[in-house]
Amino acid sequence: MNYNINEKGYYGEFGGAYIPEMLYPNVEELRQNYLKVMAEPEFQKEFNQLLKDYVGRPSPLYFAKRLSKKYNTKVYLKREDLNHTGAHKINNTIGQILMAKRLGKHRIIAETGAGQHGVATATVCALMGLECIVYMGEIDIARQAPNVARMKMLGATVVPALSGSRTLKDATNEAIRDWINNPVDTHYIIGSVVGPHPYPDMVARFQAVVSEEIQWQLQEHEGKTNPDYVVACVGGGSNAAGAYYHFLENTDVKLIAIEAAGLGVDSGESAATSVLGKEGIIHGSKTLLMQTNDGQITEPYSISAGLDYPGVGPMHAHLYKTGRAEFIAITDDQAMNAGLELCKLEGIIPAIESSHALAVFEQKKFQPEDVVVLSLSGRGDKDLQNYIDYFKF
Amino acid sequence: MNRIPTKLKEDKKLLSIYFTAGYPSLDDTTTIIQNLEKSGVDMIEIGLPFSDPLADGPTIQASSTQALKNGMTTEVLFDQLKDIRKTVSIPLIIMGYFNPMLQYGVEDFCKKCQEIGIDGLIIPDLPVDVYHEQYKAIFEKYGIINVFLITPQTSMERIHFIDSISNGFIYMVSSASVTGSSSGFGEEQTNYFKRIADMQLNNPQVIGFGISNNETFIQATAHAKGAIIGSAFIKHLTNKGVSQIDSFVKNILN
Repeated sequence: MNYNINEKGYYGEFGGAYIPEMLYPNVEELRQNYLKVMAEPEFQKEFNQLLKDYVGRPSPLYFAKRLSKKYNTKVYLKREDLNHTGAHKINNTIGQILMAKRLGKHRIIAETGAGQHGVATATVCALMGLECIVYMGEIDIARQAPNVARMKMLGATVVPALSGSRTLKDATNEAIRDWINNPVDTHYIIGSVVGPHPYPDMVARFQAVVSEEIQWQLQEHEGKTNPDYVVACVGGGSNAAGAYYHFLENTDVKLIAIEAAGLGVDSGESAATSVLGKEGIIHGSKTLLMQTNDGQITEPYSISAGLDYPGVGPMHAHLYKTGRAEFIAITDDQAMNAGLELCKLEGIIPAIESSHALAVFEQKKFQPEDVVVLSLSGRGDKDLQNYIDYFKF
Repeated sequence: MNRIPTKLKEDKKLLSIYFTAGYPSLDDTTTIIQNLEKSGVDMIEIGLPFSDPLADGPTIQASSTQALKNGMTTEVLFDQLKDIRKTVSIPLIIMGYFNPMLQYGVEDFCKKCQEIGIDGLIIPDLPVDVYHEQYKAIFEKYGIINVFLITPQTSMERIHFIDSISNGFIYMVSSASVTGSSSGFGEEQTNYFKRIADMQLNNPQVIGFGISNNETFIQATAHAKGAIIGSAFIKHLTNKGVSQIDSFVKNILN
């Protein structure tokens, strides 16, 4: 079984490029060039140098002793939260800004939900001196004011998406429209393993540095490159794609994907796409998405702004459909408590997205000798207000 | 017999009008179609609204959002159209995004279109190659013409490919834009219109995006068989409702 992308841009039956003809030249230019550019030694050198000196990689693989003791298993945290800008998102934006420069683009657009990808994009645009326009739902702008301010400080223009439900999916629509209107000079930095081929594959490859590091770091800790489990939260799926990447074809390594159940999978307020979604087309990709019987895309809910995307990347749809990854849905309450537990046990305040992954230990029993690597995708600074509101600190 | 090729053979420039089904009110669909035909429109594109219309600008998106709020669905639209051929004889095309059709079932959708008397489909986010490999046989089985888009950025090679699998007309997007964006055509666009006309394609071209009045209609049809108006008509419906469709069409044609 092949779990990675095939030559036509599909993961099994999922993926492809379901795009209007107006986008075809942009996407085709990228498709024809991305692998070639990524393989250039100069590109690799610049990418790796920036990941090291600017992002702060490698991120530590930390043996969480007290957490391990509590759940009677061996837990390693992959500390993406320690990256510059506070999450794994920067791995991808560094890669894509270098790609954009190689393709001769001087105007960068991006979508953002909570603002993490917007900040990561604004950061690399400042680094490279390129114009940056970030589309963000009007509702998200109101509830994520600190990240809006960060983007502005970094020199980006934040454009409110006023259409539809005025959240992440609409910001994505607006970014795509901008790209249609600016087909020559603009590169669109998509923030997750979603969108038309080659985006899911390109973003996964930029994030693959995570699993590459896990292999050699685990060798140092445990004397073996493969963990028994890799656990990661999935919204669009980029941190999971990065954490899984080098283990995809090795079925001795079990993959666990944590989705946001919101108020509960059956509550009507959820973002558990694998359970609630059906096959369809969203943002140019055939995948699983939450929709009405009539094929209209619906609005998901999660306390975590990074997980409330109505679709999921085509790689993850394939991992779900084939049973390669086990999908577990975690509610707001379970996630918040797991996040607080990490604070108390390990002195680490996680992003609420990562808190969802941490809740796996209350849901699933691991063996004492199991080595479980969990992607701690982001830090909790951005979520402080949510934690305060929830726990009434 | 499909009405599109017959219409394209007529010795005149064709005016095609797009509207979003279910807008301004849920039950306006048949009234709008009948009034458009009476006003002298040659073809109609019935927009099946979608929550996330990527290729459309704010006007059509807003009308789609309202239409969905009004209760428009694929089932409702087909039900509204079931007797349309008793009163309307010009070609009717459904324009919509692929996901709602996929959920309905592509074959069921085409079958239903044939039963009703829908002549063609325009599906902006169904790529030519996917159609060619997976759906062409189904469309042909039910006699439904699929209309493809080309843009100023589409390569000659790709235009020839699109021409080779088209059997109605080619929808020429006037400029690099979403719907409802530009006002008036400049030299760049006129050159593009001429360049495509000079290719002597098998299928006639109908130009859409950016056509809003008599001037742009004449500019577009100087180098093409016809032109499509969408956003400008939606704005008219928003401002004047369904009762003055005749005056809108007369202003375009004269």
